[in-house]
Amino acid sequence: MTPLVARLIAAAALVSVPAALSAHRRWMLPSRTVFSDTSSWVTVDAAVSNDLFFFDHQPLRLDGVKVWQPDGSEGVLQNGATGRYRSVFDVRLDKPGTWKIGTQMNAVMGSFKVDGVEKRLGRRGPPQPGAPAPLTVADIPANATDVKLAETSTRNEIFVTAGAPTTTVFRPTGKGLEFAPVTHPDELVAGETATFRFLVDGKPAPGLKVTIIPGGKRYRNDEGARELSTGADGVLSVTWPAAGMYWLNATLTDAKATTPRATERRMSYVTTLEVLTP
Amino acid sequence: MRLSAFVLIGGAVAAPAAAGTVTITIPRLSVAEYHRPYVAVWLDPVGGGAPRTLALWYDVKKVGNEPGTKWLSELRAWWRKGGRGLAMPADGISGATRAPGRYSIPLPATLKPGNYVLNVEAARETGGRELVSIPLVVPVRAAAQGAGKTELGAIALSPR
Repeated sequence: MTPLVARLIAAAALVSVPAALSAHRRWMLPSRTVFSDTSSWVTVDAAVSNDLFFFDHQPLRLDGVKVWQPDGSEGVLQNGATGRYRSVFDVRLDKPGTWKIGTQMNAVMGSFKVDGVEKRLGRRGPPQPGAPAPLTVADIPANATDVKLAETSTRNEIFVTAGAPTTTVFRPTGKGLEFAPVTHPDELVAGETATFRFLVDGKPAPGLKVTIIPGGKRYRNDEGARELSTGADGVLSVTWPAAGMYWLNATLTDAKATTPRATERRMSYVTTLEVLTP
Repeated sequence: MRLSAFVLIGGAVAAPAAAGTVTITIPRLSVAEYHRPYVAVWLDPVGGGAPRTLALWYDVKKVGNEPGTKWLSELRAWWRKGGRGLAMPADGISGATRAPGRYSIPLPATLKPGNYVLNVEAARETGGRELVSIPLVVPVRAAAQGAGKTELGAIALSPR
């Protein structure tokens, strides 16, 4: 190992907790979000990639995907399949109202040292066949030093409406970063302004960083990302430049972790929004 | 028997002096695959308040797995503005799709006087979608005109 590489590794270890997740974006793309009645199904593509909404990297695993019916009770995901670059599944929208489809993932990331050798928790990138199982908090030995842990929680949700929209599925649980939209996500119109509120542990989240990116990246030159933030009341106002699908990602890091020895809590909320022509 | 019953109901609604008449033109289009458009006609009160649907033409005959109502949300502006609250079929309002031609719809006599926007939206299978909006004052004293470019032709408003 050259002195430069050794210095780089030492510098990396100084960063509070290593950010192990890749920078790729996770997303679910429904076939549409507005349905006339209860005679339809929605089909959803789920993938991890950089360009929205193109499949070129990894599929999103369907294990954790849940469906909520308009009354809040759990619904059914059908015909799930996972391919090389995307997963796909169907949901039969047999009740009127707004349905929620999503995942919630909680993990603990970080590192610790045993006899001066640094070990990382969790796994970087997709599962590799034959690789050893990733380390978890339970694997940290009693003699470990420099234990640096961060809690991560990610919610990825989409909303589809059959008939008239309802709001039961937006009821917050009061834990972590949540979406409490003022403008219904299935009523977005190009040229109009939508208002969305975000909550952290049930309270409005001021100064939350939100990134909004339109789909169709391949058919234009710039990324088109907009970086916005919520006001003091946790509310974000967005005006949609054109109709289409948009990816929205809100992130917040604070120190209110509940896992023992975790010093940081990193939360993110992702949704895909459909904007229609006026 | 059924037909005459409908005519009777239609007659009862139209009997008092109408507040005006809307005439809608569905253009004749020469395309390889032509389907009669879904059309919604509704009034938006300018100061706010519930929109009122005057007419809705859709495929009433299709039922079962993919009923004609499945495509009502393609009339996107009408759907969002209040169309989705209407139960189909809606008496005196909904009916079958119509062939190219001119059709008159009387404005209901029970309309409160005031400023409105008359909206006519058409969506055609394997075709486009168009929305034409014309300001309207009730009671209608002067004739007014509007026109679509693709899916709708001339829209005329007249006092009687």
